[in-house]
Amino acid sequence: MSDFIPIIVLAPIVALLFNLAFGSRMRGETAGWIATGAVFISFLVTLGIFTNMLGWPAEQRAIHFHWLDWINVGRVNVGISYLIDQLSIVFMLVITGVGALIHLYSISYMKGDRGYWRFFVYMNLFIVMMLQLVMADNFLLTFVGWEGVGLCSYLLIGFWYDEKKNGDAAKKAFIVNRIGDFGFLVAMGAMLWQFKTLNYLDILGSGGNIVDGVHHAGLAATLTVGAPIATIITLMLFLGCTGKSAQIPLYVWLPDAMAGPTPVSALIHAATMVTSGIFLVARSNILFALSPTTLSVVAGVGAATAIFAAMIGIFQNDIKKVLAYSTVSQLGYMFLALGVGAFTAGVFHVVTHAFFKACLFLGSGAVIHAMHHEQDMQKMGGLKKYLPITFWTFFIATLAIAGIPPFAGFFSKDEILWQAFSRGSVVLWLIGAIAAIMTAFYMFRAVYLTFYGKERFDTDHHEPHEVDWKMWLPLVVLAGLAIVAGFFGMPAVFGAGNWFETWLEPVVSKGEEISKVAGAAEGAGLEWALMAVSVVIAASGILLAMRFYKRRVTLAKDEAQLGAAYQLMHNKFYVDELYDKTVIQPIYNVSNSFLYKIVDVRVIDGIINGLAHITEIGSGVIRRIQTGIVQNYAVLIVVGLFVLVGYLVMF
Amino acid sequence: MLSLLIFFPLVGAVGALLARKAEAAKWIALITSVITFVISLFVYSNFNPNVAGYQLTEQLPWVVTPGLAFTYFVGIDGMSMFLILLTTFLTIITLIGTWNSVTKAVPGFMALMMVLEAGMIGVFCSLDLFLFYVFWEVILIPMYFIIGVWGGKRRIYAAVKFFIYTMAGSLLMLVAIIWLGIEAGRVTGHFTTDITKLYAVAGQLPIDIQHYLFLAFALSFAIKVPIFPLHTWLPDAHTEAPTAGSVILAGVLLKMGTYGLIRFCLGLFPQASFDYSTLFCVLGVIGIIYGALVSMVQTDVKRLIAYSSVAHMGFIVLGIFSMTREGLQGALVQMINHGLSTGMLFLMFGMMYDRRHTREISEYGGLAKTVPLFAAFFGIAVMSSVGLPGLNGFIGEYLTMMGAYYSPVLNTWSYAVWSASGVILAAIYLLWMYQRFVFGLPKGAAPATHGHDHVEQASPLAHATLDLSWRELVAVVPMVAFMLWIGLQPMNFMQMSEKTMYKISDDLLKLKTGDTTAVVSSSLRGVTKERRSNLVVESKAVESGIASLRSQ
Repeated sequence: MSDFIPIIVLAPIVALLFNLAFGSRMRGETAGWIATGAVFISFLVTLGIFTNMLGWPAEQRAIHFHWLDWINVGRVNVGISYLIDQLSIVFMLVITGVGALIHLYSISYMKGDRGYWRFFVYMNLFIVMMLQLVMADNFLLTFVGWEGVGLCSYLLIGFWYDEKKNGDAAKKAFIVNRIGDFGFLVAMGAMLWQFKTLNYLDILGSGGNIVDGVHHAGLAATLTVGAPIATIITLMLFLGCTGKSAQIPLYVWLPDAMAGPTPVSALIHAATMVTSGIFLVARSNILFALSPTTLSVVAGVGAATAIFAAMIGIFQNDIKKVLAYSTVSQLGYMFLALGVGAFTAGVFHVVTHAFFKACLFLGSGAVIHAMHHEQDMQKMGGLKKYLPITFWTFFIATLAIAGIPPFAGFFSKDEILWQAFSRGSVVLWLIGAIAAIMTAFYMFRAVYLTFYGKERFDTDHHEPHEVDWKMWLPLVVLAGLAIVAGFFGMPAVFGAGNWFETWLEPVVSKGEEISKVAGAAEGAGLEWALMAVSVVIAASGILLAMRFYKRRVTLAKDEAQLGAAYQLMHNKFYVDELYDKTVIQPIYNVSNSFLYKIVDVRVIDGIINGLAHITEIGSGVIRRIQTGIVQNYAVLIVVGLFVLVGYLVMF
Repeated sequence: MLSLLIFFPLVGAVGALLARKAEAAKWIALITSVITFVISLFVYSNFNPNVAGYQLTEQLPWVVTPGLAFTYFVGIDGMSMFLILLTTFLTIITLIGTWNSVTKAVPGFMALMMVLEAGMIGVFCSLDLFLFYVFWEVILIPMYFIIGVWGGKRRIYAAVKFFIYTMAGSLLMLVAIIWLGIEAGRVTGHFTTDITKLYAVAGQLPIDIQHYLFLAFALSFAIKVPIFPLHTWLPDAHTEAPTAGSVILAGVLLKMGTYGLIRFCLGLFPQASFDYSTLFCVLGVIGIIYGALVSMVQTDVKRLIAYSSVAHMGFIVLGIFSMTREGLQGALVQMINHGLSTGMLFLMFGMMYDRRHTREISEYGGLAKTVPLFAAFFGIAVMSSVGLPGLNGFIGEYLTMMGAYYSPVLNTWSYAVWSASGVILAAIYLLWMYQRFVFGLPKGAAPATHGHDHVEQASPLAHATLDLSWRELVAVVPMVAFMLWIGLQPMNFMQMSEKTMYKISDDLLKLKTGDTTAVVSSSLRGVTKERRSNLVVESKAVESGIASLRSQ
């Protein structure tokens, strides 16, 4: 089985090298098909491994595969080696599966762009890096993928680089992510200091799995719950997660990242890259479970982000911005789940979210494509009849994200809310529930503004057309998945058992066990009741949106009557401006006017040039001794002699 | 064999001078440097990475009078092998990359480049301090002329500043070398600066003298590195130097400083190195952050890259004074990486300067559209400098940082944590520069309606900018190849220096942790400062006792 693993990584590498070398000479869609084919091969191999795994005993579903040596210096001994277990295979399936669909979609979407082949090179590179992130058997290789996807994100956000705002957005994404990476680096240093290794199996152990024929206990197990070092490590790791997974306070790059082509938003900024943080926490669940402090921070930040981003999302008019804030908010849900120790629930939401959010983004891409690159929903309306396939898939995905049963989002989100209540607190549950109303509201607002009502664009000159099969096929597949995926994680109270929970159990059970607080609320009756509340919440959000945006179209000018609240939410609570004034400007000004112009130029160079000046003056004075008159020299010699003799006599 | 390697470039220097014609001189220099590179590969094939000590040594009497013995003593270990290969490789790349950049007095320029190469190889091979000093000073002269004659508008100021700064440091080093030689004379019977003999002598000196000598050496090296706050010659020298000068300066000359710190400061004065490790690490970390912040606000591309060197070299200093295996190996590979990445940034900017004749960032823009190949390669160099994993820069930065974490010498995380903030700042100043330089619209072009294909109306200026030529590609492709190679398979290179650097680290740490089986046994080595001052007080008491006896 292991022999096939390199193919997963090599297929996109070969494709990207091929496109890099010959892409500029290719015509039509060739580059796109090569890239798509490669990712599809990766998917098939991953699927093959997965189906094999299904047949193996539960505790032996982990493959440890050493591929290449990488760094062996002192304590840093890491290879390009992979640990493919129940957790990473889930992510690999999403990355290659959804990735292949989005590649297929891009073949048409990017057609005619002068950077066509360049786009597919970056996309393939992204797949490679994302796979490193989840397949790695050590923190350092994960970090390589972590930074690598950041690079691809940078390149793809700034893909249309001639517009300054795109370049700005790309740079912002990379730099904000680097702030998070600082945390990751510090965490790795702390782990190297504490554990003297960076390998997952050595630090985290193999959970319930038997890897390489042994059951790895993991050095983390030697720590006690609440050990300060665990808190330091996990808080720093979580700082990395807030960057990559766009959580407060580092979420600001994600909405701007929508400057990239829409397939990029779907793949990188919705389905895969932004979920790296969830992967990392789930992977190191034992470490996180050892620090109740960090867990409560994770839960708090997750809940806060979920509701904060949802509030901003309500009054956005750019269709992609709505989806971006919705992504931030949904990622917040995932962290809320992780923070209460429900690692399975968090990962499950990653999967369902990947399906319906990718579907939504690709749908918005189809809309934007049909509208000739108009993204403002104020200028859309009535697109239902022009784009039937896009509409229905978008609608299904919206039902899923809103949490209407039996769509996928219902099961995953409800599980999170239940866990927040049961393992967390009523407050966390309440925040999640309010954010859920908002989610339903703003998503249906988007649906009504885009697809319903009168056309608010010039219908005489341009009639929107439905997209071709390469674009609608991925939509249909993803919408299908958004319908059925939820059943894999159906709560156990339905009687069939939670398949997904059983699947992940060997990896996360230890963390879930340690982090479980005493006196957690349980009981089937309670769970059913909360489920009912969830449905009511989702439905009320939808009805509210229907009231304002379907029956009577409320546009920005009407919304503006809400006054200050609207201004605040529409302007994203002025967070970007706040960061600019309090962080960016001061650092720049201090560097420029103090460090450079004063310390470097005035003080240091001043001293150096001053010394040179003093030497010059000094030598000007001493030069006068050299008069050229012999008598003067004779006097000096005598004086010198007296001084010398005097010194010797005295001392 | 080493002697052949050191002195072969001089053949080219003489040849270039005799050639008189520009083209001929260029070819002579290039062929010489290629042969030198082949010789260095030959040396490498004879080099045994499994030996920690000096190899391929050659020793000849040089100045021998009674009581005085300067020898011509050369040899290499893993560290110098690595740096020699960097030198010979980078010289070829520089010559190819700047083939048409120098137009006046070409034979002279080429001859100086060859002398420079000889001097640099000499520095890395010398095992006699006096010989080392000679090569160290030899390098100053060609560099002084390269900046002063072929440089930019403020070349004279920059050249003089470079010369005096470095000279001030090296004079102190000379004093220290002579002092050490005399001390060695007391032990061995004749004045010697043979480093293998000095290792035993230096450690036995009284600790305060060790401190003085350490500081004299360290100051000289710190200026060369440069370590904050002795860095102000660097931006001027880099900015005013012609491209070839900047590349060699950044690529190799700065490494002489860090090489010296490891070879002589750590090697000869371990105790003093422990005592001053805090100081140097603080300065290293300040360099990382300060260099980055000042780099960020520059408007001149070369100045920006120059200040980024201050930041990068800070990592090396931190790695060296962490004295761990990771730190030292990381520092060494970071020296190579900095040579590649910053060297390539200077080289590629030089190519653009030859086309556009301005260094102001604001004069550029949209290069990705007009010269996509240039933009792509420049982007790789930027990412290597940012420290992106998968490329070389990451390996060095990461290892030095990890070394600093658990260093028993530093005994605190704080340096490592502060230095990690450098990775954020590096992204800020480099990506911002890259964006203004390469992204956006070409100067004077009409604004784009959308990213999809549209008619370009680039200005005549943009049209006049040609993309990389075959010659320029020949220069940059090997550099990128090495960036990827070191990034993905660093051990292929680091095995070369593993034994050497491990031994240096292990010896130091053994000493630090008080292991009595330390390599160099020394009666005074373990003596602390307090103990030392007690000794001074005691001896003073004895002296005053004798004095009172006399007066009676």
